Amino acid sequence: MLLEVRSLEVSYGDIHALHGVSFEVSQGELVSIIGANGAGKSSLLNAIMGITPLAGGSIWYQGKDISALPSHERARLGIRMVPERARVFPILTVYENLLAGGYRRPKNKAFEEKLEWLYSLFPVLAERRTQLAATLSGGEQQMLAIARALIAEPSILLVDEVSMGLMPALVDKVFEVLQQLNRDHGLTILLVEQNASASLRISTRGYVLETGTLVLTGTAAALLADERVRSAYLGI
Amino acid sequence: MNYLVTVAIFIGIQAIAANGLNVIVGYAGQISLGHAAFFGIGAYASALLTTKAGMTFWQALPFVLLITGSIGLLLGMPSLRLREDFLAVTTIGINFIVESIFQYIPFFGGALGISNIPSIRLFGTRLRGWPFLGVVAFFLLLSLLANRKFTKSCAGLACFAIREEETAAASMGVSPVRFKLLAFVIGTAMAGIAGALYAHTMRFIAATDFGFPHSVNFMSMVVLGGIGTLWGPTLGAIILGLLPEIFRPLIQYRMLINALILLLMIRFQPGGILGGSSVLARLFRRRPSHG
Ligand SMILES: Nc1ncnc2c1ncn2[C@@H]1O[C@H](COP(=O)(O)OP(=O)(O)OP(=O)(O)O)[C@@H](O)[C@H]1O
Ligand SMILES: [Mg+2]
Repeated sequence: MLLEVRSLEVSYGDIHALHGVSFEVSQGELVSIIGANGAGKSSLLNAIMGITPLAGGSIWYQGKDISALPSHERARLGIRMVPERARVFPILTVYENLLAGGYRRPKNKAFEEKLEWLYSLFPVLAERRTQLAATLSGGEQQMLAIARALIAEPSILLVDEVSMGLMPALVDKVFEVLQQLNRDHGLTILLVEQNASASLRISTRGYVLETGTLVLTGTAAALLADERVRSAYLGI
Repeated sequence: MNYLVTVAIFIGIQAIAANGLNVIVGYAGQISLGHAAFFGIGAYASALLTTKAGMTFWQALPFVLLITGSIGLLLGMPSLRLREDFLAVTTIGINFIVESIFQYIPFFGGALGISNIPSIRLFGTRLRGWPFLGVVAFFLLLSLLANRKFTKSCAGLACFAIREEETAAASMGVSPVRFKLLAFVIGTAMAGIAGALYAHTMRFIAATDFGFPHSVNFMSMVVLGGIGTLWGPTLGAIILGLLPEIFRPLIQYRMLINALILLLMIRFQPGGILGGSSVLARLFRRRPSHG
């Protein structure tokens, strides 16, 4: 098991954002967690990344309990996140954002090749490489955030609502890239999304998160066919 | 002529300290309103080591760096936990505490301060006037080079990342703790060198030379010239250093003018003269982070 979350609790003062959330992600999987606004999706990813403290439970990664590690040490273990609303570094250029993403990686030939590969994946970033990230459109910032995470060659990628604010064609494009990364490069991905149809379509498995608890799980196909999922998240 | 050299020496010394403040405030994005405390710690360290321990300025220098840098490290710790407004208040508090320690503890000369601080010597000759200005210029250049190197290096990029988006930076493996503290150490060490130069040019120091108003002064220089730019703090030090010399009658209102400039700049030109959005910067196409 690559990532295992056990009875996770997250609260903000009196607000209990997550109670008793348990799930796991194996090597090579693409898993979606779908949920409505305020379900606790971001809280979950932030807890895994170490940005939000745990109120209970534990997080295991590659067989080790990482619950007590600070974010930057989790990052060094190969966990990377594409945060909600991208969170690019606004007054650094696109190129510098990528450099920061590759922090601690030697800037050698392999790095250059990775950079070129990312530029080919997102050609718009190549065009804008000397432009300040703040001046990118919302969609371009999302792509930069993905590239910034990928340049570190993570062993698991956490993606927080990458579809938010993107036009439908771009959503398809981004999900296509994620699927390609998973299928062709064996990258393990954990997606949290409101856009249930787009994310489940590329996933192997999925979970449904409702007000802080996982209420449903199954293969992506089974969830897409599920009555409750269809009425609540697909509007069918 | 002598008078001009003296003014230039003071401007140079203040510019070194302002460059140090720029690392903390400009590059790492940590507010500090207690910079004069470190200027003072450098001055007192060098004054005591030369008068009481019989060292030369040059022998004392590594210790001055070590002392101010480590106190900077220690007092930089609050920045790891505090939000901006609290950090501002905390650093002001640190300034007052350090000033009182100098003022009331006999070891530091109490209210009388420390006098008979030796001049700086190089190859057996006492440096005064032009040669001393040369030494100041040398250290100013060093501080600018250090800042340039800092911004170009990986550490600089990490600092920018933390300033911009701390959690995003942390989730990329950048340790916010390490780089905030690094910025504090570098910034305060620069203040320490400036303070040492100040002590050896004045040859007499007292606690009030390092009070909170002087911290405001350093901050005004950084803000006026351009927070986070390479040349901004030096330019700010030159302008604020020359103003009272040119308009002599204004000298009594120095603090008032500095505070006014600080407020006006923050309101109308927050990037400073050389900052990203300023008229001048657009002319030179400078970047705020790499100015
Ligand atoms: N820093 C915070 N302080 C207080 N409450 C918070 C905080 N962050 C999140 N919450 C609350 O926790 C709950 C879960 O929030 P979270 O951001 O995890 O939801 P989400 O599923 O990501 O929603 P969205 O789809 O809108 O991004 C919400 O009720 C939210 O109001
Ligand atoms: Mg969210």
